[in-house]
Amino acid sequence: MSDSTNTRNPAYTPKDATPERRFPVREVVLFGTLLVAILAVYGLMGAAYSTRMLVEAACYAILALGLTIQWGYAGQFNAGVMGFVALGGFCAMLFSVPVNDAFWGTELPGELGRVLLYGLAATLVVVGATRLDRLGVPKKLRTLIAVVLAVVLYLVVISLLRDVTSQIQAQAGFVGGFGLPAWTGWIVGGALAGGVGYLIGHVCLGLRSDYLAIATLGIAEIIKAFLKNSDWLTRGTATVSPLPWPTPGPAELGFTLSRALYLSITAVVIAVIFFLLHRAYHAPWGRMIRAIRDNEVSAAAMGKDINKRRLEIFVLGCILMGLGGGILGTFNSLFDPQGYLPLNHTFLVLVMVILGGPGNNLGTIFGAVAVYIIWIMSEPLALFLMQLIVSVGESTFGWDAPNNMDSRALQARVLVIGMLITLVLRFAPKGLLPEKITHHG
Amino acid sequence: MSLTTSTTPLLEARNVHGGYGAMNILNGVDMSLYAHEVGVIVGPNGAGKSTMLKAIFGLLNVNQGDILLNGEPIHNLASNKLVERGMGFVPQEKNVFPSLTVKENLEMGAYLKPHNVKRMLEQVYAFFPPLVEKRHQPAGELSGGQRQMVAMGRALMAEPSLLLLDEPTAGLSPLYMNEIFDRVKQINAAGVGILMVEQNARQALAIADKGFVLAAGQNRFTDTGAALLADPDVAKSFLGG
Amino acid sequence: MNELIFFINNVVIAGSVTGSIYAIGAIGVTLIFSIMRFAHFAHADMMTFGAFMVLLLTTLFPAAGASMGIPTALLMLPVAMLLTALLAVGIDKAFYKPLRAHGVKPIVLVIGSLGVTLMLQGLIRLFAGTGGQSLYVDDRKEIFRIAVPFEGVRAPIVITEPQIYLFVITLVAVVALHLFLNRSRLGKAMRAMSDNPELAQASGINTNTIVAVTWVIAGSLAAIAGTLLALDVTFKPDLSFFLLLPIFAAAIVGGVGHPYGAIAGGFVVGFAETLAVFNWNVLLRPFQDSFPAWLELPSNLAFVGTEYKIVVPFFILVAILVWRPTGLFKGKVI
Repeated sequence: MSDSTNTRNPAYTPKDATPERRFPVREVVLFGTLLVAILAVYGLMGAAYSTRMLVEAACYAILALGLTIQWGYAGQFNAGVMGFVALGGFCAMLFSVPVNDAFWGTELPGELGRVLLYGLAATLVVVGATRLDRLGVPKKLRTLIAVVLAVVLYLVVISLLRDVTSQIQAQAGFVGGFGLPAWTGWIVGGALAGGVGYLIGHVCLGLRSDYLAIATLGIAEIIKAFLKNSDWLTRGTATVSPLPWPTPGPAELGFTLSRALYLSITAVVIAVIFFLLHRAYHAPWGRMIRAIRDNEVSAAAMGKDINKRRLEIFVLGCILMGLGGGILGTFNSLFDPQGYLPLNHTFLVLVMVILGGPGNNLGTIFGAVAVYIIWIMSEPLALFLMQLIVSVGESTFGWDAPNNMDSRALQARVLVIGMLITLVLRFAPKGLLPEKITHHG
Repeated sequence: MSLTTSTTPLLEARNVHGGYGAMNILNGVDMSLYAHEVGVIVGPNGAGKSTMLKAIFGLLNVNQGDILLNGEPIHNLASNKLVERGMGFVPQEKNVFPSLTVKENLEMGAYLKPHNVKRMLEQVYAFFPPLVEKRHQPAGELSGGQRQMVAMGRALMAEPSLLLLDEPTAGLSPLYMNEIFDRVKQINAAGVGILMVEQNARQALAIADKGFVLAAGQNRFTDTGAALLADPDVAKSFLGG
Repeated sequence: MNELIFFINNVVIAGSVTGSIYAIGAIGVTLIFSIMRFAHFAHADMMTFGAFMVLLLTTLFPAAGASMGIPTALLMLPVAMLLTALLAVGIDKAFYKPLRAHGVKPIVLVIGSLGVTLMLQGLIRLFAGTGGQSLYVDDRKEIFRIAVPFEGVRAPIVITEPQIYLFVITLVAVVALHLFLNRSRLGKAMRAMSDNPELAQASGINTNTIVAVTWVIAGSLAAIAGTLLALDVTFKPDLSFFLLLPIFAAAIVGGVGHPYGAIAGGFVVGFAETLAVFNWNVLLRPFQDSFPAWLELPSNLAFVGTEYKIVVPFFILVAILVWRPTGLFKGKVI
């Protein structure tokens, strides 16, 4: 038995990703099945419904691409996709909704600006205080001064902010939007999500990967809590709608055509992302990222850049999530902070990625569309099954079913998503379309 | 041909191939050791010395060949099962439980024989007197030599019939090194077979009944310790002239 | 003085209650981490499961506790602990063990535990619905008002019956755990395995047994924490992610893999939460006269509103990761 063929230790060199030249049977079969499924949905549910589903699936594909580069390319697990999606949705809302004159026409913007400036000044003072030791102040005293200053200034600024935000709420409802085209919001949403990702990644990426998962889970809940409770900024639970589309809306073109137009925009966005990711994956940068994922120790020997590369990839993924969240938010034409759920916006995306094939962009897109179709179709199915159970139970056992059966039926989908995650991890850890890695030798 | 139990080697390895995963580091190693013997494995870096010890103790894959303990095949048994059968192992690094006290470390050695703890603790303390006053201190706070004593003491707590030592004197001062070799001889005199890997080859071979010189995962020389020390080929290639 | 009583009721008692619950949860997380080296995201749902078992049993036998003079829910707690421990061992066998056997990275186990979280959530909500329910089915929640013998103090110190049970049970659980880890053979083996799994196995310790014992302890503690939380307020099936963050923060603050650290961390996070949402105006108001005239205290001087409570454990988490990732008590693993 010759050792050289199968004992090559993958730890030594980054895996080469030159695709094999072969007919892509698996891809053709899978995408063919997907096409049949889509056509079936069109036949069953009508064009308007099905096109909406496709647009949403396309938005999820952008989110999934964001997660696939974090998890598939770099092995970073982001458990808070929801937070970044919500940020994108918020920016899409803030930038595209018409200007609120009840706010801008008063002295309120000035006051809000003043408080924000105070906040900035307070931050600078506290940061300055942490540098006091350079002026010869003992370190312990410096820490004490900095902490006391931070607490006092924080309380002052937060009190002023509470005043001005409650005034805004009372007088103007909320700050309203900027009245700009929706795409400006998408871009800023991506940038904002990337910024938050930078901060989180900066803290966590040098540590065990578990910590990143915990921190992202936390930040997602915090972003949601902030958007939900900042009525002056987002109208909170009162929701904001409609959000203007960058394309002609249903009123002008009808549902199917307007949605198809929107779909074509999303398709272009995906195509551009796909192309750029493909280039990056095969560039030295992409090889380095995978080298780090496959063997941190030997990659670390290449230099201390490892955390910087990891941060880059994490931020890039977050940007895509923000962007996708913005496009999705605009399409829904409704900003409802409570509508962001870990199940729908984090775990569904996770299933798409691990089922489709982490690290394989095509597989990820396949996973996104396929899982989204199943997801959408499972809702009526779950309700139907539950009604069936209830009616059988009532007629045969005289069972007095609780009246919230419908909301419970939807919980069955939580169960199914959880089962999918564990089963895929166990039985198909590389997904349906695995990342293509050719071994030399 | 009448084989009595006394002629069955305590440990026998025949043509062992093995390593991490599918990659073989050992390419056919033979060994046999009787209960009254001290065996020493020496050889250059990367020869597979520690790997052989780990293969015997079930810590990595044996892809081909046999390992027998008292004539019974043991390869691919989990290490906790081997402890039940009378094997003790002292790894080279991380050989104590740092947050457990010395006494608790020793108790863990007798995990499978809880009724022995009291008696064996007394024996081990008598054997390694410096441990007595440290017994309530976490083992992580001890010096390297003291840790080695804890590690050997822990392995002895189970009253093994075969003790595997992976470079017991690595990183120790010459004073401690001689102390450890003395202890090894005493343990052997008490009826425990010893198989150890050593970098300090000359000193180790001096106390060895059997020496195994490995290179590239295979036996190069096998003889008594004294004979190997006297062999000019061994001296030139493996003992630094 | 009345302000001080208010402070005791709203910070000291409330903080101890939250702290105890977080501490018991964090012990479980930290034990699992020290033995299996992964952050167990399904822990909060194991807590919910334990409380749900208590609710189920209490609904089935509502009057069982009255004969013994304790709330039925408390009587059912040991049964629920057993069931939750069984569940934990079963989950490990079905989902985590195969992944471990494949030698996956710890982060894959984390994702697996998220899958388990969803399954538990789905199952519990399928059967329990999504609304809140009281664990006091047939019993009445006693509220003790302790008058303070001082001049001019009108407000009493208020403590409820479940809170007293909570303190007692927490104390018992912590002492029992301490004795287990330091006196029993199995407990010492568990600490040994957490220190050095290879050496533990080389000492003849059956690591599979230790893993199972860890799940039994973590599951039982989760049932205690979940039930005590549900007794103090109500049983809510959807607390999962809101509990997870403070519990992880507590475990990390205390130094991951460090059970006593987890207890300390639990109280740090619990008190930090209550102190952060406490309106400091209440304590400062009596001194208003001695402040300069230009300083008018705002009526709301809380650091964060209760709706932003989750920011507190997150802030603590980030702070500890930035300044001292090993935790206050030097945890084992970063």
